[in-house]
Parts: sequence; C-alpha cells; structure tokens
Amino acid sequence: MSQTLSLSPSATPRPLDELEAPPLSLGELTWRRFRRHKLALAGILVLALLFIYSFGGAFLYTEAYSNFTETGLRLQAPSAAHPFGTDTIGRDILARTIYGGQISLMIGLTAVVLETIVGILIGAAAGYYGGWLDSLLMRFTEAVFTIPQIFLLLVMAKFFSGRVPNITLSGRTFSGSVVVIIVIIGLTSWPYLARIVRAEFLSIKENEFILAARATGTGSWQIIFGHILPNSVAPIVVTATLGVANAILSEAYISFLGLGVQPPTATWGNMLEGAYNYIATAPWLWVFPGTLIVLTVLSTNFVGDGLRDALDPRSRTM
Amino acid sequence: MTRYILRRILQAIPLLFIISVVFFVLMRNMGDPLATMGGRSITRASDRERLARQLGLDKPVLLQYLYWLVGNDWAKVDLDGDGIAESNGTRQGVLRGDFGTSLVNRGVPVVQVIWDRLPNTLILMVPSEILIIVLSLIVGMYSALRQYSLMDHAVTTLSFVGYSMPIFFIALLSMYIFAVNFKRWGLPYLPTVGMFDPQVGKTFGQVSLHMILPIFSLSFISLASYSRYIRGTMLEVLSQDYIRTARAKGLPRREIILVHALKNASLPIVTVVGLDLPTLLAGAIVTERIFAWPGMGRLFLDHLSRGDAPVVMGILMMVSFAVVAFQLITDITYAWLDPRIRFE
Repeated sequence: MSQTLSLSPSATPRPLDELEAPPLSLGELTWRRFRRHKLALAGILVLALLFIYSFGGAFLYTEAYSNFTETGLRLQAPSAAHPFGTDTIGRDILARTIYGGQISLMIGLTAVVLETIVGILIGAAAGYYGGWLDSLLMRFTEAVFTIPQIFLLLVMAKFFSGRVPNITLSGRTFSGSVVVIIVIIGLTSWPYLARIVRAEFLSIKENEFILAARATGTGSWQIIFGHILPNSVAPIVVTATLGVANAILSEAYISFLGLGVQPPTATWGNMLEGAYNYIATAPWLWVFPGTLIVLTVLSTNFVGDGLRDALDPRSRTM
Repeated sequence: MTRYILRRILQAIPLLFIISVVFFVLMRNMGDPLATMGGRSITRASDRERLARQLGLDKPVLLQYLYWLVGNDWAKVDLDGDGIAESNGTRQGVLRGDFGTSLVNRGVPVVQVIWDRLPNTLILMVPSEILIIVLSLIVGMYSALRQYSLMDHAVTTLSFVGYSMPIFFIALLSMYIFAVNFKRWGLPYLPTVGMFDPQVGKTFGQVSLHMILPIFSLSFISLASYSRYIRGTMLEVLSQDYIRTARAKGLPRREIILVHALKNASLPIVTVVGLDLPTLLAGAIVTERIFAWPGMGRLFLDHLSRGDAPVVMGILMMVSFAVVAFQLITDITYAWLDPRIRFE
C-alpha cells in the first residue's frame, strides 16, 4: 500500500497485487515475538501485580505503621488484625512487606541502571578504541569478575558501614545503607555486561557503515552512541533484565547476612535475618518475604528469557 | 599447549596482585582494632599512639601493603612504641606464606585459623559438587530423552523455580519441612544445627546426618540450572549425524546414549562446573550461617563483622587464588578432553 512507503522520496505507488505489510521497528518486532511466550507474559503480569502491591499498598498502611513496634504483640500468628502475623518486636509483617517491597524493587532497578551505565561505558571504550586501553580495561574487568560477587559485596558493605548518613526524600527517611547497597551492587555486577558490550562493539565496528561515518568526519563518541550502541541494544536489554533478578537476590543475600540495609528500613532480605532462629515457632516470619522474593525473581527470569528469545538475532523473521 | 598454560599463569599473577591491592585498600576501614585494646575501658589516646606504632598501623598504606606482601623481617620495626625502630620484624609476608596473626584470636597465625575450619567447608562443598554433576547429568539426560513428556515439563518448571530461589529460602524451607514438620508428624527428622550432636560426639554417622540438609540446600540451585543446561546440550547432541549413524549401525540404545551422546553432551559441563566455584562459596557462606556449620563461610562472616583484617585478607586471597586456579584447570581440562580445540 502506497501510504507506508511515503517516507522515502523515491516512493512509487505499488500495484495492489503487491501488498506488503509495513516494515516493523525493532520494538514492534520484539513485542510480537515476545507475545508468543506465555510464561514471559505471565511474568510481566506477576511483576505488575507485585509493583501494585508494593507501591499501591502504601495507601493502605502508612510507613510509620510498618515500623510501629508493639512488643506485647510479638510473634503472633497470622490473624485478622495482622494478616501476615507480627515479627520479633511486634511489627506488622504485611505492612513491612509492602514497604520492604518498595525498597527491594527500587534497589533492584536502580542498581541495574548504575551497572548498565558503567558496563556500557567501559565496554564501549574497550571495544571501540582497542589497543592498550582495551587490554587495561579487560584486565581490570577480569579482576573484578574473578572475585565472587558476594565477597566483594560483604567487604564493601563493611567498608561503607556507618559512614553514610540517613537520607530524607519526600518525607520518608531512608537508611543511608540503601544508597550504599545500590552503589555496591552496581559496582560489582558490571563486568558481565562490559564483556558483552565489548564483544558486540568489536563485531559491529567492522561494518561498512561505521567506516562511512568515520569517513564523513563523525566524532568517535557520536559513532559510539549514535551508531554502534543502538545496534547492540538486544543483548544489553536481556542482560539488564536478568540483572534485575540478580540485584534483588544480591540485596536479599547481604541483608540476610546483616550487612545490607539496616533496620528499621524494611527490605524483603532483612526481614529474613534471624528468621532461622524461630523456624519451629514462627514460620510466617520468613514464608511471606521469601515467597515474594521468589515470585519477583522468577517472573523477572521469565521475562528475561522471553526477551532473549524475542531478540534472538538468529531468527529475525516472524 | 604448554605455552598456553604458561601464558595463562603469567596472566593470572598480575590479576592476583590487582585483587590483593583492591582488597587491601578496602580493608582500611574495617573497624578500629585499637578501640577494643584497652580492656574494659576505651583505649587512652597515649596508648593508641603507642599501639599504632607497635602494630605498624601509622605507616603509609603502600608501606603497610609492602610489609603485608613481603614481610618486615628485612626492615626495622618499632616494637616498644617509642617511635624509634630498633628491632627486626618477624613477619615473612604473604609471598612466603605468612599471612600474619589474627586480631580476634590474639596471636594465632591466620593460616592456622583458616586451616582449622577449611576441612569443614570442604566436607560440604566436595560432596555437593559431585552430587550436582551426577544428578544433573541423570536428570538432564532423562529430560532430553523424554522431551515434552510430563516428567520433562515438571523438571523444567521445577528447575526454573529452583533457579530463582535465594539459597536461604531453600535452606529455610528444607529446614521447615524435613526437620520441624517431620518432628511434628513423628517421622525421623534431620538435625539442623552444627556439625554433630555434642552429646554423641564427632562420629562419622553424626557428621553425615548433619550434612544432609546443608548439602541439599547448596546443591539445589546449581542442580536446577545445570539440568536445564544438560538437557539443552543433550538435545543438540541427539540431533547430530553421528548419533543417526550409530542407530543405523544397530548399536544398542543404551550404548548410544551413555557412550556416544552423553560424553559429548557433558563436555560443556566441565566449563560450567569449573566456573561455578564462586557460586558454591557464596552459597556456603549463607548455608553455614543458617545451619551453624563451623566452616570457612562462617569464619569469614564472624571475622569480617569484628574487623579482623588479616584473617579476612587471608580468606579472600585464598578464594581468589582458588578461583583463578580453577579457571585455569577448567580450561586445560576442556582443551584436553576436546581434541577439536587447538591452542597456539
């Protein structure tokens, strides 16, 4: 149909027996292929529900209520007044999972944003410039990658512990450890992404349109961000999505070990801290936050897998 | 081949140096070891100066790193804290195997502190690794052979769920089901705390019984992800031509699967297993905390929270060395097993 090709100046009206669907953009193509994965769609639905639970639940309970301790009511089983029970100092677990969810999800997303920025910068510089810069950056990347992430996280959490003050944002007080956690998770997860970005850059750099851009005098960073990076978006998006799951898990791990977000700020991870001491008497302490973590990570993994299949460059046809 | 190995070893050495520098700098704010040295009261200011000079903590960072690395028995140290260096140092440095003495267990060499706990962690990790490899091969193979059957779907779903669980959730869940609820229902239940029952003593039976739940928690996640991976590689291998040839030749099905298909499908698992050591160590930290297992993970946590820099550095360097060595061994094994790979 002629109206689809009207963007090009040399468009000629096509005869009707040559019907052609309009060319799809990457986003549209990806969405169409993504739609076919039922599990991935279920994942998006569950994630949406979790977001509504965490951020919408703020209308049901205030944050002060989630930190409200009433030690007379400690360790009560789920009941009508406290649907998820109470914890070891009498705080309502349902409210804490709501506000904890806000923190956990926010940490997951922000850490991934940080990790993606750092990873792209380092991977782009290494992949595009090559030479000694590439060797140096790759040595450094390998050094960070070799150390198990949890050791790095624990050591850095101890390094920053007690140094960062509390922050007050829009009337709510966050423990300074939230920023610390975001920064350290972001600073320990970038090597994987940097390697992928570098590999993509090395392969895309050889194309002729890059040579043409350089021949017409386009600046280096303009080439990187305007030409190469948009073409390598697929693996970055997949890695970032799976990185959200990893970030939420990492935050849960270090909060569980006591070096993450400090109380009274609730996160799903630090609600599980010490829950193993009450395993026989109060299973509701860990069942609810734990299940929420599992649901979040599971659905993020589904979405990431679906995206990976949808963006697979080896099968570009519908 | 030997040139490749040499090149990798030469690359690994600066890597370890960079890692040690990074960690040494991070160790600077580990907490103040001088604050607790006053006994029941806070250390006095004059004592702080003296102690800092005696322990060498007032020197610049680079010098402290140098002493940590190559020791100070070639230099003079200030043993009585008066500001004048007069005695010979006693430390030999990491490069000669001396990691210093622990600040928490006064005077005990770091190597001994770690050595006491290392076997306990190995008792958990080695059987877990073996269990992971064997079970994931079996499950992955079975799942690939019965593709799209109910069993396959169940295994795939369970793998996905297991892969998304944090390890402490699995540990708590298994604790709850197998220990607490079994006890309530009157069934023989599994113990959850420590390595052995103090009343019975450290017997083989006791340790094995206490080992069951921690190993289960440690291996579940890796099992979930590897069985999916093996399933994938197995499906790929089964569609190859040489399998069709073997079937056409009339070889028994068992031989085709176990000898031809499995060997080729399990090759990538060598790489994955070798690179999974960090995950197992991370899992060990959390699992040992939950099950109160006296291993290196708990040692790390305890000494980290108390600011014991020498022990923490010792563990970190050991872990980094193990990871680098494992990567090298994995690459060499993979190259040795797969004749298609040629290294220059």
